[in-house]
Amino acid sequence: MSFITVKNLWKQYGDQVVLENLNLSVKQGEFCTLVGASGCGKSTFLKMLLGQETSTRGELLLEGEAFPGEPDRNRGIVFQRYSVFPHLTVRQNVLLGLELEQKPWLGKLFGTARREALEKVDAMLESVGLTPSANKWPHQLSGGMQQRLAIAQSLIMRPRVLLLDEPFGALDPGIRGDMHDLLLRLWQETGTTIFMVTHDLQEGFYLGTRLLVFDKVRNDPHDPQAFGATITYDLPIGQTDRKLFDDINESVSETARHQAA
Amino acid sequence: MRLINRHPGRVSATLLGLLPFLLIMLVYSLASQERLAENPNDKLLPGLEQMTAAIDRIAFEPDRRSGDYLMWQDTTASLERLGLGIGIAALLALVVGLLNGVLPLVRSNLAPLVSALSMVPPLAILPILFIVFGLGELSKVMLIVIGTAPIMMRDVAQRVRELPGEQLIKIQTLGANSWQVITRMALPQVLPRLIDAVRLSLGPAWLFLIAAEAIASTEGLGYRIFLVRRYLAMDVILPYVIWITVLAIVIDQCLRLTNRRLFPWYNAGGH
Repeated sequence: MSFITVKNLWKQYGDQVVLENLNLSVKQGEFCTLVGASGCGKSTFLKMLLGQETSTRGELLLEGEAFPGEPDRNRGIVFQRYSVFPHLTVRQNVLLGLELEQKPWLGKLFGTARREALEKVDAMLESVGLTPSANKWPHQLSGGMQQRLAIAQSLIMRPRVLLLDEPFGALDPGIRGDMHDLLLRLWQETGTTIFMVTHDLQEGFYLGTRLLVFDKVRNDPHDPQAFGATITYDLPIGQTDRKLFDDINESVSETARHQAA
Repeated sequence: MRLINRHPGRVSATLLGLLPFLLIMLVYSLASQERLAENPNDKLLPGLEQMTAAIDRIAFEPDRRSGDYLMWQDTTASLERLGLGIGIAALLALVVGLLNGVLPLVRSNLAPLVSALSMVPPLAILPILFIVFGLGELSKVMLIVIGTAPIMMRDVAQRVRELPGEQLIKIQTLGANSWQVITRMALPQVLPRLIDAVRLSLGPAWLFLIAAEAIASTEGLGYRIFLVRRYLAMDVILPYVIWITVLAIVIDQCLRLTNRRLFPWYNAGGH
């Protein structure tokens, strides 16, 4: 049985169809990148995986069970911004999840339990390269370091699914390359299933194991909202060539132009 | 150079800031001298001598009737009422504001009431307070609470709702329950904002305090001012007004420093 199953999934807001007839089956441990023009429902799909949105029709199953209707500790998330807590230091940010899990009322750890948790935290900080900044506040970190922190904060919970919503969209290209390496390494180490939304086709094409392109098949010039997007390409990464990249790029940009018109 | 681009240096900025104060003092002392030259017993614009004599009498000599040092007695009585009132108001604001901000069910239930209450002019219900709570301390404290709490409640709820939605999702993915969302995410981030709200509410709080003391009291800064008004004792009123202003500034600055000391992340742009 596949880990995540999507069957005939539709999402509408009133008359506006965002996603139509989505079908997908994902195995545990896959690293899927979601690309497509803006407004093509990538983020909506991610929100459904997260439990922040519900589908209008169709099924979204995790190991045969319906997805829980609210975010929980099995699904980690990293947003483009605001994913870390400004009132906690780097170390406290990563510690937070462990504290919440072990102390439902107090929400804080003390003594031996705290020391043990901090060992895990420090190991996690080490693996994302934040050890020198452990006692800084988030606002003292660069954008790339804040995203490293957000990833560490999620991964320490060992979530079954890690969702990334344009996590590197606000970073410089050089930093982005470092972050790709880090993410691939962490993915191999933890074996977590990852879904990453990106608007950078290049990034989607070379990162991960599977590329999902969200695009509109049909387009009504008089009523651009009448048709939703669906998955138009579902490619294992590795079989990529230049021609395909150009095809997808052209199709996605055309949809983007229609959206804008 | 354009006027909008001309910035004063440090020394000239200080001097520019002091100038209006010096001008007011100069104008006052000239006017006062003129009146006193005409009539040495003039009460309307007392000179520095009369005012220091009045302060000396009221602050550093025991009262002939009661044996108390009136100014200190007035100050502690007023500050006690003010502190109690604003403290209770802040606590209420924190609890109600947090619940309103975090829990949609409570918000639907309480937010309209809080909005309506914050529109009631507090001084209009002062007579009700006197009737219900009597003329003692309670009614004065309650006036400050009723006058400042609803607005602070709204402010705190608004601050909670201004926290980025991403944070709320994130903490849920870390496994937080509703109680933990309040205690580990909303409360610590809203505390420095509450202190700011208290600083802003201190102005109205002083207003309600002095109004309540003026109407029914036997001690307090507001009581004294309104009492000596009967004798046109400007030599007491003016120092009292300055003293109240100094107290207000000191309290405000103490709160500002507390905020900086306790919440370093907040004041360094970490929000």
